[in-house]
Amino acid sequence: MTTAAVAERPTAAGHDGRSFIQRYIFTTDHKIIGIQFLFMSLLFLIVGGLLALMMRWQLGYPGQPMPGGGMLPETMAPDGILLPEFYNSLVTMHGTFMVFFAIMPLLVGVFANFLIPLKIGAPDMAFPRLNMASFWIAVPAGLLMVAGFFVEGGHAGAGWTAYAPLSARPDLSGVSLGQIFWLLSLAILGLSSILGSMNYITTVVNMRAPGMTWFRLPLSIWSLFITAILVLLAIPVLSGAAIMLLFDQTLGTHFFNPVEGGQPLLWQHVFWFFGHPEVYILILPAMGMVSDIISNGSRKPVFGYHSMVFAIIAIAFLGWIVWGHHMFQSGMNPMLGTTFMISTLVIAVPSAIKTFNWLGTLWRGSIHFHTPMLNAIGFVAMFVIGGLSGIYMATTPVDIFIHDTYFIVAHLHYVLFGGSLFAIFAAIYFWYPKMFGRMMSERLGKVHFVLTFIFYNLVFFPMHFLGMGGHMRRIYDPTEYEFLQPFQPMNRFITVSVFFLVAAQVPFVVNFFWSLFKGAPASENPWKDNGLEWTVSSPAPHGNFAETPTVYHGPYEFSSPLVDDDYLPQSRAVDPQPRPAPAAGD
Amino acid sequence: MAHAAVMSGAEPGAGVYTKKLGMWTFLASEVMFFTALIGSYIVLRFGAAETWPVPTETLNIPLTALNTFILICSSVSMVKAYAAAVDDDQKWLKIWLLATVIMGAMFVGVQVYEYYHLIHDHFLPSSGLFGSTFYTMTGFHGFHVSMGVLCMSWVTIKAFRGGYAGGKYQGVEVVGLYWHFVDLVWIILFTIVYLI
Repeated sequence: MTTAAVAERPTAAGHDGRSFIQRYIFTTDHKIIGIQFLFMSLLFLIVGGLLALMMRWQLGYPGQPMPGGGMLPETMAPDGILLPEFYNSLVTMHGTFMVFFAIMPLLVGVFANFLIPLKIGAPDMAFPRLNMASFWIAVPAGLLMVAGFFVEGGHAGAGWTAYAPLSARPDLSGVSLGQIFWLLSLAILGLSSILGSMNYITTVVNMRAPGMTWFRLPLSIWSLFITAILVLLAIPVLSGAAIMLLFDQTLGTHFFNPVEGGQPLLWQHVFWFFGHPEVYILILPAMGMVSDIISNGSRKPVFGYHSMVFAIIAIAFLGWIVWGHHMFQSGMNPMLGTTFMISTLVIAVPSAIKTFNWLGTLWRGSIHFHTPMLNAIGFVAMFVIGGLSGIYMATTPVDIFIHDTYFIVAHLHYVLFGGSLFAIFAAIYFWYPKMFGRMMSERLGKVHFVLTFIFYNLVFFPMHFLGMGGHMRRIYDPTEYEFLQPFQPMNRFITVSVFFLVAAQVPFVVNFFWSLFKGAPASENPWKDNGLEWTVSSPAPHGNFAETPTVYHGPYEFSSPLVDDDYLPQSRAVDPQPRPAPAAGD
Repeated sequence: MAHAAVMSGAEPGAGVYTKKLGMWTFLASEVMFFTALIGSYIVLRFGAAETWPVPTETLNIPLTALNTFILICSSVSMVKAYAAAVDDDQKWLKIWLLATVIMGAMFVGVQVYEYYHLIHDHFLPSSGLFGSTFYTMTGFHGFHVSMGVLCMSWVTIKAFRGGYAGGKYQGVEVVGLYWHFVDLVWIILFTIVYLI
């Protein structure tokens, strides 16, 4: 299967006779493929955000016509009032788009593609044509997922976790085609992810420049490498599960249909066996890139580089044996629940190692609060909140109370939005100059960060209180429950904050597109960083390096006594004898 | 930490050529895919142990045993083809590759024949958990064999055009890895679905 797609290695840098289509559309250049993923996943980020906005409208103002809701068809929102069935689709598709089509491609599709060859000193990926296929397989998957909204019966409404039998039995859910589209789309997207991760793993193992030993790899590359292994092994499990569910829907099989002896609980096990490694797929690359940026912004080496690497590996390994903590309430041998609880709590150890190392990196650094750094620090702060609530939830007795409440929603958004998305913003601001050759506006960037940080917390922090009050997730109308009525002002407060949170993204969008054309031209190394990508021109040329670089140092040699500058590029050879210390300061 | 260590001298890389490493990673994901299907089968079968039909009453074991033998033979011919490619023995490379393609195609043919008769006897994917799991697992395996036959045909054509002359055996080895994997999966499936 792969042999046909294996391509010869790309030639070295330089202009060639490629047409516009070869250069920007059906391209094998890892950087352009990364940028293609960037535009695709930012678009889905906006779509997912708008779906959340509609959900929040219904929760804040249940049963009232949504402004602009009249534009939606009768099957979704007659007279602008959202139907319960459509609300279910909104919940499902917000999760699906954000997890599979926004955050995951933003981290893995964009930055694994863009950064791996540049940072390890390779001319391109190991299999450039396979890489191109990976993007062009993801596009129809995305279109199929969007198309599901417009089919008979509406889009899938069984949640992004698609629990059976609701997802397997159209007679129960009223949704058939939508769920089939959902499953097909995920199966196709899975193929794209697998092809991508094959490429990332092979490239990191086999295509590092001379001198780029494993322990000279930047932590971003380490985390993307480990994440690629998780993708490679977890996604096929989802594909297998999706195919079984698809056959239940289309061929009349009985995998998850209890009437014929099938087991609905089996779906949960298989889904979460994929799903929990997926959680780490969504956070590990963020952790790695944040490590790079925090070291750069503190002008100090990463504190405890080796422990950072081993913590990534430990988290990835532990991620495979904790899936049961999603199922404490699904019916499980209590002993098994305890086992899953303990393995989950153990993850706090490597996570805390990483957190303390970030703090140790910041400690006594000469901190530069550029926009990427602000977002990276925002990541650390929010990850601590989300991580701590995670430990709390992982204990079975607590989970019995807060399972399927807004506390879970708060937690997952603290790690996925407060964690991953802030890291993604940091990474976009940081590597934008290398992608497009222009700087993003620092002023707009800071406005974007501050507003997002404030409104993000106003949206998600109160959800902890809702959850502790017993507010269930995925409900259509909280006012129907008497005990939730006192929470309605808080629900409304959250909804208003969401509108501001969405509005706070306008400076980012403006900044992104304005800077494409009008941003200040970027120098080779605007952040004075050590990575190999900063030794080539901005934007990075086709083929990356005119000649293969040789690596002499680790990636975090900031404020090294060996050189006068406060940074030491990985490919700069220096006299190993330390110079006399400078008179003062750094 | 701040030593400007000189180059370690060790050339990065796993000592495995890139295409082979790519195939190994791909096969790792394939293992997980079949694990999802086979693991579900095991869970479902244990969950319905009393009512599970006896496979031998539905399935034609002698026919499938013959088919298994054909597939294992095709793995042997694949090994011979690889050895011939390494030795730059073009004549036997072509013969063994052709034999592998033919035996792979025979396997798929026999499976189609088997399906035809099972469906004729009203054993369908909707025929209880046994039908569900049987068709899903053997179907996906058959799909993998078919893909393998296609890739192998492509390699064979390339061999007849002299594409592997001069000790260029990599393409043969990589497709061979895939072929042995598919063979291995079948041995597991034959055992757990047909025999026990």
